[in-house]
Amino acid sequence: MNNTTPIKNYKLELSAAPHIHSKWSTKKAMWLVILSLVPVLISSIIFFGLKQLSIISVSVAFCLLTELTIKKLRKKEVTLDDGSAIITGLLLAFILPPNFSLFATAIGAIFSIGIAKELFGGLGFNIFNPALAGRAFLQAAYPVSITTWTKPNYDVDTITSATPLAAYKFDKISTDLSSLFWGNVSGSLGETSALAILIGGLFLIFIGVVNYRIPLAMILSLIFFSAIFWIIDPFKYQNPIFHLLAGGFLFGTFFMATDWVTSPITSKGMWIYGILISFLIVLIRNFGGLPEGVMYAILIMNSLVPAINRFTVPKIFGEKK
Amino acid sequence: MNKKSYSYEFVKGIWEINPIFKQILGMCPTLAVTVSVINGIAMALATTFVLVFSSFLISLIRKLIPNQVRIAAYIIIIASFVTITDLVMKAKFPEMSKSLGPFIPLIVVNCIILGRAEAFASKNNILKSLLDALGNGLGFLIGLILISSIRELLGSSSILGFKVLPNSFDPLIVMILPAGAFITFGLLMGFFNSLSLRKKESEKEKLIKKYSDKLIKSSNELVEN
Repeated sequence: MNNTTPIKNYKLELSAAPHIHSKWSTKKAMWLVILSLVPVLISSIIFFGLKQLSIISVSVAFCLLTELTIKKLRKKEVTLDDGSAIITGLLLAFILPPNFSLFATAIGAIFSIGIAKELFGGLGFNIFNPALAGRAFLQAAYPVSITTWTKPNYDVDTITSATPLAAYKFDKISTDLSSLFWGNVSGSLGETSALAILIGGLFLIFIGVVNYRIPLAMILSLIFFSAIFWIIDPFKYQNPIFHLLAGGFLFGTFFMATDWVTSPITSKGMWIYGILISFLIVLIRNFGGLPEGVMYAILIMNSLVPAINRFTVPKIFGEKK
Repeated sequence: MNKKSYSYEFVKGIWEINPIFKQILGMCPTLAVTVSVINGIAMALATTFVLVFSSFLISLIRKLIPNQVRIAAYIIIIASFVTITDLVMKAKFPEMSKSLGPFIPLIVVNCIILGRAEAFASKNNILKSLLDALGNGLGFLIGLILISSIRELLGSSSILGFKVLPNSFDPLIVMILPAGAFITFGLLMGFFNSLSLRKKESEKEKLIKKYSDKLIKSSNELVEN
C-alpha cells in the first residue's frame, strides 16, 4: 500500500447528533464498574460460601460465549474486551438466588446477551437492561427454583428461608435493620449486603461513572412514598428504612437503574425516571402479589425511557417559547 | 416457475405466501393453541378443512354474489363449515375439542380463510381456488407444527406427548405460557425474514453482475471498433 496517503487507511465514522461528552472511554468505564462490583462479590462469598463462585463464573462465561457467537454470526467486530458482557454476567449472577441451578443460569445468560442485548443491535441499542431481562425470563421459566432462597452462613444448602420482604409480606415477621445493613439475610447473591453495595455504588458516583441524579431520586422518593403508607398504617406497611435496605432496592438503584444505555440522558428525565421507579417499587411491594418489585419496576421504566427523553429535551439557549 | 401454472398456486402457500410467516394471518390460533404439537396439528387440519370447502364454494358462486354483500355471504359459508367441524370434533374427538376450547368456533373469523376468499377464491376458478386453499392450509400446518414442536420440546420436554429430553433437563415453564409463544414466533419470523432477505440480496447481486458484465463487454466492443 502507498504510504504517502495514510489518511485513506483510517475509517472515520460519524453518527448523528447529539453527542455526549465524556472523559471516559466505554472500555475504561466498564472496567471501573467491574471493579466497583468487587465488594458485592466479596459479600456474596462471605454470606453464601465459595460455592457461589460457580454460578458467577457460569453466568459470565455464557455471556461472553453468547456475545462471541452472535458477533461472529453477524460478521461484526468482536468487542469482548469492552467488558460489557462481563458486567451483564456479573449482574445477572448477583440477582439470582444462591445455589441456583447452573443450567438455568446458563439459559438466563444466553437470553440476556442473545435476545435482550444483541437482537436489539448490541451495546448501546438495547431497550431493556440485559441482566434484568434475563432474570425476568428465568422468573417466568423457573418460577419455583428462582424463589427458593438459601439461608446465609449455612454449609448445608437444603435450609431455605424467606427473604426479609417475603417474610414481612406473608408472615409479618420483621427483620432487624442491622442484619439488613450488613447482609446477613437471605436473598439474591449480591443484593443482601447494603454495606457492600453502598461502597461500590458510592465509588462509581465519586469517580463520575454514574450520575448521582438517578440514585438520589430513587432513594428520596422511595423514602417519601413508603413513608406515606407507613404513616397510614405502620403495622400493615413497613417503615421506609426497611424498604430502603431490604430486597434488591439498593443493588437496583446503583447498578441496574443507572445503566447508561437504558436510562434517560437529560437531567430532568433522570429525576422523573428515578421517582417513577421508586413509585412502582412501593406500589408492587405494598399491593402486588410479589414481595419484591425492583426488577419489574426498572424494566417497565426502561421501556418508557425513549418517551422520557423526548419530553424532557432541554430548551435551547435563546429559544422562544 | 410459471406464475400462472396450477402447481404454482399450490406450492406458493408453503413458503412464498406462507399464512403465518409471510401474510401474518391467523395469529390468534397460532399463538394460543401451539402449546403442544397435537393441538397444533388438530387446529391446522380443522382450519384447512374449512378453508378448502369454503374456497371451493365461494369460487363456485363467485359470479352470483353481489359485490356489496360479499363479506356477509362469505361469512355465512365459512360459518356453516365451521359449525360442521365443531360438531364433528365434539362428537368424535371430545378430548381434542375441549383442549382447543373456543378456538374451533373462532375459525369463523380466522383471517386466513376470509383473506384467501377475498384475495383469491372470489377472483379465480374452482380448481385454482382449491389448490390455493390446500397450499395455504399446508403452509399453516407446517408453521403450527414448527412453533408447537419448539414450545412443547422446551416447555414440557416432549414431542407429541412422548418424552424426548432427559430428566436432567428442567423444562422452561415460560415456553408453554403466552410469553413463550411470542418469543418463539418472533425468533422464527426473524429467522425466516433474514433468510428471504439474504436470498433477495444475492439475486440483486447476480442481476447487477449480469448487467455490469454486459456493459463491460459492450464498452469493450465500442473501444475495439
